[in-house]
Amino acid sequence: MAEKIPVTVLTGYLGAGKTTLLNRILSEDHGRKFAVIVNEFGEIGIDNDLVVGADEEVFEMNNGCICCTVRGDLIRIVEGLLKRKGKFDAILVETTGLADPAPVAQTFFVDADVREAAQLDAVVTVADAKWFCERLKDAPEAKNQIAFADVIILNKTDLVGADEVSEIEAHIRAINPYAKLHKTVKCDVPLEAVLGRNAFDLRRILEIEPEFLDGEDDHEHEHEHAHHGLKHYHDEDIQSVALSIEGDIDPEKFVPWLQDYVQREDASILRAKGILSFKNEPKRFVFQGVHMLLDGDLQREWKPRERRLSRLVFIGRNLKKDEITRGFMSCVA
Amino acid sequence: MAAASLAAQVTPLDARAPVAAVAFLGQVPALALGDGTVLLATPGTERRIAAHPDGTILVAVGSGDKFITGGDDGRVVAASQDGGVQEIADEKGKWIDSLAARGDGSIAWSSGKNVRARDHDGGLKTFAAPSSVRGLAFMPKGFRIAIAHYDGASLWFPNAAAPPDLFKWKGSHLAITASPDSRFLATSMQENSLHAWRVADKKDMRMSGYTAKTRSLSWSFDGHWLATSGADAAVIWPFKDKDGPINKAPLECGVRGAKVTCVAFHPKTLVVAQGYEDGLLLLCRIPDGAEILVRAAPKDARAITALAWDHAGSRLLFGGADGAAGLLAMPT
Repeated sequence: MAEKIPVTVLTGYLGAGKTTLLNRILSEDHGRKFAVIVNEFGEIGIDNDLVVGADEEVFEMNNGCICCTVRGDLIRIVEGLLKRKGKFDAILVETTGLADPAPVAQTFFVDADVREAAQLDAVVTVADAKWFCERLKDAPEAKNQIAFADVIILNKTDLVGADEVSEIEAHIRAINPYAKLHKTVKCDVPLEAVLGRNAFDLRRILEIEPEFLDGEDDHEHEHEHAHHGLKHYHDEDIQSVALSIEGDIDPEKFVPWLQDYVQREDASILRAKGILSFKNEPKRFVFQGVHMLLDGDLQREWKPRERRLSRLVFIGRNLKKDEITRGFMSCVA
Repeated sequence: MAAASLAAQVTPLDARAPVAAVAFLGQVPALALGDGTVLLATPGTERRIAAHPDGTILVAVGSGDKFITGGDDGRVVAASQDGGVQEIADEKGKWIDSLAARGDGSIAWSSGKNVRARDHDGGLKTFAAPSSVRGLAFMPKGFRIAIAHYDGASLWFPNAAAPPDLFKWKGSHLAITASPDSRFLATSMQENSLHAWRVADKKDMRMSGYTAKTRSLSWSFDGHWLATSGADAAVIWPFKDKDGPINKAPLECGVRGAKVTCVAFHPKTLVVAQGYEDGLLLLCRIPDGAEILVRAAPKDARAITALAWDHAGSRLLFGGADGAAGLLAMPT
């Protein structure tokens, strides 16, 4: 089967610097040719690349799941792009500032034809350091974009002090503990920080392990501080729950539990990832998900001296940590 | 596997680009290609017409002796069997997403939500659909166009002041077709199913069981059967009765371990040509399901993406996603 075309989704609230990042990617001397899907033909004018206008048409799949929304226009555009396959190397999707990244990501899970031809590489979110904390208060979209991100570009850091930057960083970490975070001025990041991340590739999930567990300590105490904490950066709306169990899990219990749980929680779980040690299984089981859409597989073998830890991270709204913990513990082999 | 084979009757053609659509322009076999060209493929005197220079043909339909093509350059073009190219419309870079045409020279196309209808005198009418349009078809009678969009379909009289007649069904509707007697409308859907309405009373019919999206729909010459792609067989629904396929099982022709990607009924007999994702091509007879092989699946071949019979039903033209194509001459 031919290589799948990597797709990078660029999100970010109005004015954060998405277009700056996009132009940066396109104007650099990288030898790649992009198909760029934008909502407004604006200040993007690049001779060598193909720019396609989109209209962010989100629709519900007719499969009984209200959170299972996809971008109809993206399905249509990707189908059209495939007819000229071989003429470009990657797809960039720029969303509007108010867009929810979920339907974009879900399009690449749900549509069989799109999925066969293209592979979501990463959701990259640009955040404006100057206005970030304001946006957290008044713009749920901005928060969603942070929660969904695999890569976060904290831009315009020159407009605020160093203290403020670390405070913003803590706020971001409270929402999304595992995204790769870059602090920039004018979106000045190396291309490889944004492209070729393989963030949705199950084989790569094991490579983000250090950050994957980083969030754990920050969030252990969030419930205790939820009502009087000012200096403990947690988010009242979106949190993450990271769990880890020493030892084996029973797949017969875990897989049904996970599927049932994400379905029941429906829209409240935004992203999920996990690496599991299944009983009598020499390989690691890795999964990831967007809302209730899950993708999982056995990957590489556990190394001889590796600790067989089973780990799980959920990012979402009003997550029931106790319930998740109980459910996960009941899957111990 | 098929007992008989017509493989020796096939003249191979090298399209050199993915085939978007095929048609006979009068007697001339023609292929609309992903590299923006139309290939006039009369064996021995092949010609390439640059219909969309630097573009890709996204959709194309035959109309009399012309091939109407829509491209990602936003243009609708009529390519003639004599090699001429006439620009019909330029949507300023917006992709042409769907097209319909019929022999009298009327054409309809859509880009995004906008549907345009052009009658044979060149009169142009525009309708803004409620959402992006994925499929268009002319109703067999009258200057009336069926439009597939999100949450249903619309029937539009471009020359009437009345708003289009809406046929509601939740979900994203893709291809659309009307039965030759205009009694039924059928659409394929994002959720691997078909939907149909009886036009008179808008009665709904759901037809499910597909493993992939149905891209190709074809009516038998008598209008009694609708052949469809999207499963490991050609799924053929009975539409003869008043209630259409309600409470009836479809025929399944040419069951294999590969998906049917394209279907085309013969214009005079109950025989359907069906191409598969692996490049194999069969003829199947209704209703006994007798099969004749036209093309065995070549190694590493890709899907058959386009099929068309000539008016007499004596030749079948096919093309694939890998640029392979061929012309079958039926034994007389």
